[in-house]
Amino acid sequence: MDSPFLIAIGLIAAGDPALTETIALSLKVTLTAVSISCLIGLPLGAGLALAQFPGRGAIVVAFNALMGLPPVVAGLLVYLMLSRSGPLGDLALLFTPTAMVIAQTILILPIVISLTRSVVEDLWAEYREQLRSLGAGRLRAVPTLLWDGRVSLVTGILAGFGRASAEVGAVLIVGGNIAGHTRTMTTAITLETSRGSLGLAVALGIILLLITLSLNAAAWGLAQSARGRLG
Amino acid sequence: MKVDKVIASATTILPLRLKDMSYSVGKTRLLDGIDLTVKAGRRLVVMGPNGAGKSLLLRLCHGLIEPTSGSISWQAQDPRPAAQAMVLQRPVLLRRSVRANLDYPLALAGYARAARYEMVQKTLARFGLIPLAERPARLLSGGEQQRLALARAWALRPQVLFLDEPSAALDPSATRAIEDLIFQFSAEGITIVMTSHDLFQARRLAQDVAFLHRGRLIERGPAAQFFDAPQTPEARDFLGGELIW
Ligand SMILES: Nc1ncnc2c1ncn2[C@@H]1O[C@H](COP(=O)(O)OP(=O)(O)O)[C@@H](O)[C@H]1O
Ligand SMILES: [Mg+2]
Repeated sequence: MDSPFLIAIGLIAAGDPALTETIALSLKVTLTAVSISCLIGLPLGAGLALAQFPGRGAIVVAFNALMGLPPVVAGLLVYLMLSRSGPLGDLALLFTPTAMVIAQTILILPIVISLTRSVVEDLWAEYREQLRSLGAGRLRAVPTLLWDGRVSLVTGILAGFGRASAEVGAVLIVGGNIAGHTRTMTTAITLETSRGSLGLAVALGIILLLITLSLNAAAWGLAQSARGRLG
Repeated sequence: MKVDKVIASATTILPLRLKDMSYSVGKTRLLDGIDLTVKAGRRLVVMGPNGAGKSLLLRLCHGLIEPTSGSISWQAQDPRPAAQAMVLQRPVLLRRSVRANLDYPLALAGYARAARYEMVQKTLARFGLIPLAERPARLLSGGEQQRLALARAWALRPQVLFLDEPSAALDPSATRAIEDLIFQFSAEGITIVMTSHDLFQARRLAQDVAFLHRGRLIERGPAAQFFDAPQTPEARDFLGGELIW
């Protein structure tokens, strides 16, 4: 039998359709989840940083804790919501890419919110009096602080992307690992390994590693060049 | 430059009057019963030892904090008129280019894009910042950063400019450049209210002096009178270079 590494290299070199399809779906699901999380999480996190209301501390702690939510638990929650007898069962979303996007959004959103809150809170402490002097109120400060915190924010969001694309528990439960429909890189690795067809598993593993590696390289490069360019 | 129109065109917001104004944090009175009038067209230097309350006084006048009691009122009935600007003791520059730092407050003030561009160009030229326009503001030298902070305040067309220790951390040549700018602002008709702990600087710049000691305004008047014949022992000690607290 050929070494799984040789098979893997062969599959990658040949651009095997099952392989590329799986990679494409994985990226699509995670990118969508990250985008939604940013759309909601950036303004919400910034708002949380600037707002003062009773119970704010509890919300901050809750989002921090949710960052450590085990993916399988997130998957289970979404499963319960979307299953036929669940409150959203009529939408028939279970075992669709949409369900996987929802589950991954639940995983990434707390990361984006907590990260944004902490970055914006620190900047606000520094900028507050200056912005007031220049004529910016609290609300107007939100986009200013998000923009001036852009380097830390993007770095953190890339890390969130890494976590989501490497995650298997949630997408497996709500997606079901259906070939050509909801099969992602991580769920495929799980399946192919348990089946003993290691070639495809290793090929996917290599791709996944490369993605993670390039994300981290991008984050590092961004931070480095920003230090030089922005001070 | 046709800046002498600044005062003439707009209704004047000065004088600024402080009446029995106090500022406390908790039970501590940091400023106590301040009576002061800031007259148009003058250079007022607020002096006093470290911790006397100079920065607090400027921040109160500028409207960054509210007095605990007493009143601060502008000639214009507006509680916080737009035609005033401040350079903080530690100015914060945005993590953006020099140009974007100048553009930002103008955008807040509601200038249209074209008007903003023109004003930014004019300000860059006025302050010798054109070669630095696209550079990140945070990477400028200390003197350049302070020049940008002054330019940013000036671009807002203030009638009165509050400057808190405008040359505190600068070397002598950068200090000289800042003082030159302050004289030019003054010649353009901008009223200057500044703090300084540097006696020589105060002598060079002040037309009027307000002397703060432990949160109380114990002397005020024309600079010549203050420097030649201080009325209080605290001011005499201060001018004599003795450390008083
Ligand atoms: N928010 C605050 N809470 C408590 N004390 C303050 C606060 N702000 C300023 N002070 C105190 O008020 C005094 C005057 O401060 P400041 O105006 O900064 O002095 P300076 O004359 O050196 O500019 C100082 O003793 C300072 O510690
Ligand atoms: Mg001070």
